[in-house]
Amino acid sequence: MEYMGIDRDRLHFSWVSSAEASKFITVVKEVTASVKALGPATKFVKDRRQVS
Amino acid sequence: MIGYIDKIREVALKLLNEEKVDMVIGYRQGSLPMMTEPCFVKRPEDVETLIWDSNCRINLAAYLMDRKEKIGIIAKGCDSRNIINHLVENKIKREQLVIIGAPCKGMIDNKAIALQFGQDIDEYQETEDQITVKGGGTEKTFQKVDVLQENCAICNHRNPVVYDELAGDLVEEQTDIDRYEDIRKIEAMDIDEKWNFFEDMLSTCIRCYACRNACPLCYCPTCFVDESKPQWVGKSNDPNDTRTFHFLRAFHCAGRCTDCGACERACPMDIPVRLFTKKLGKDCLDLYGWEAGLDPEQRPPLDTFKPDDPNVGMK
Ligand code: SF4
Ligand code: SF4
Ligand code: SF4
Repeated sequence: MEYMGIDRDRLHFSWVSSAEASKFITVVKEVTASVKALGPATKFVKDRRQVS
Repeated sequence: MIGYIDKIREVALKLLNEEKVDMVIGYRQGSLPMMTEPCFVKRPEDVETLIWDSNCRINLAAYLMDRKEKIGIIAKGCDSRNIINHLVENKIKREQLVIIGAPCKGMIDNKAIALQFGQDIDEYQETEDQITVKGGGTEKTFQKVDVLQENCAICNHRNPVVYDELAGDLVEEQTDIDRYEDIRKIEAMDIDEKWNFFEDMLSTCIRCYACRNACPLCYCPTCFVDESKPQWVGKSNDPNDTRTFHFLRAFHCAGRCTDCGACERACPMDIPVRLFTKKLGKDCLDLYGWEAGLDPEQRPPLDTFKPDDPNVGMK
């Protein structure tokens, strides 16, 4: 995704087991923080009227 | 390389006469000079239609999926690697196949030649190293190395990887080539440059899917782009949809693409779609030391787990 021009911080991968509640929380916090820091996406956005 | 045809016809004739195969898949002359078509020879008297020259670009492995017959097939390096992919993916059985290997010195870029010649080409001839085209009262000779297809110029598996018969002596593999210069150039761009580069590259795509249809890997009965329940991607040529098609197709080919170039050749708009598949080829090589289609016994990196697999980008 980065290769084609999507910011690395918009895409996150993690492996969280159902027993790892605290890891889940940390990951979600990190994801939201880094996406918020980037602001609204301008790439790969399709206006709802254009959805065909 | 041009001399292979006698041997190809001889083997095809023998296989058909002895009923070792039901058909031989090869190439025949197309309707224009420098164009060939795939052909399916089922009768011994038709083996004369088979031809061989530097225009046999089509990847014949694309005609093997789920066939029930016994088949003789002509295979360049890249075709043979796609045949191995099919074996690994259970699309055909090895015992159904008699592979006539064609050690390859590269196929030529007919569009580049036509462009440089600047006239309609009426006649075509080739020797081991030279290509001569005639038309409009003039003729021009090219050195073959100067007009190779880009993927052939950087090919490092020209000899068939698997074969039962050989149409000629094995050729020397190219070792002093840099396969990924173009990919590194894109990797070095900043994020907006990357985005704009592909936006521009894909702007002329008409979503005809010729690239997909020519590819031996793209054999899904219903491609994700054609599904409507759910509809994964819009059917228009909206830039987002077009991009989605291309990068998802590339992911579907990850660890499988042999860089045969059939996709790019099929494109009526000359879009270098291999820039997507090659990136994943490069990643597979860098991360897993993997090149597709070299060993029918080995499982591809994307369907195996190893404890020491690199966890790129995983948190
Ligand atoms: S990719 Fe390699 S094997 Fe295939 S046609 Fe080109 S040079 Fe020959
Ligand atoms: S994606 Fe293109 S280069 Fe790769 S195997 Fe398919 S047709 Fe060949
Ligand atoms: S063949 Fe070319 S124009 Fe057609 S869908 Fe593929 S990239 Fe687009």
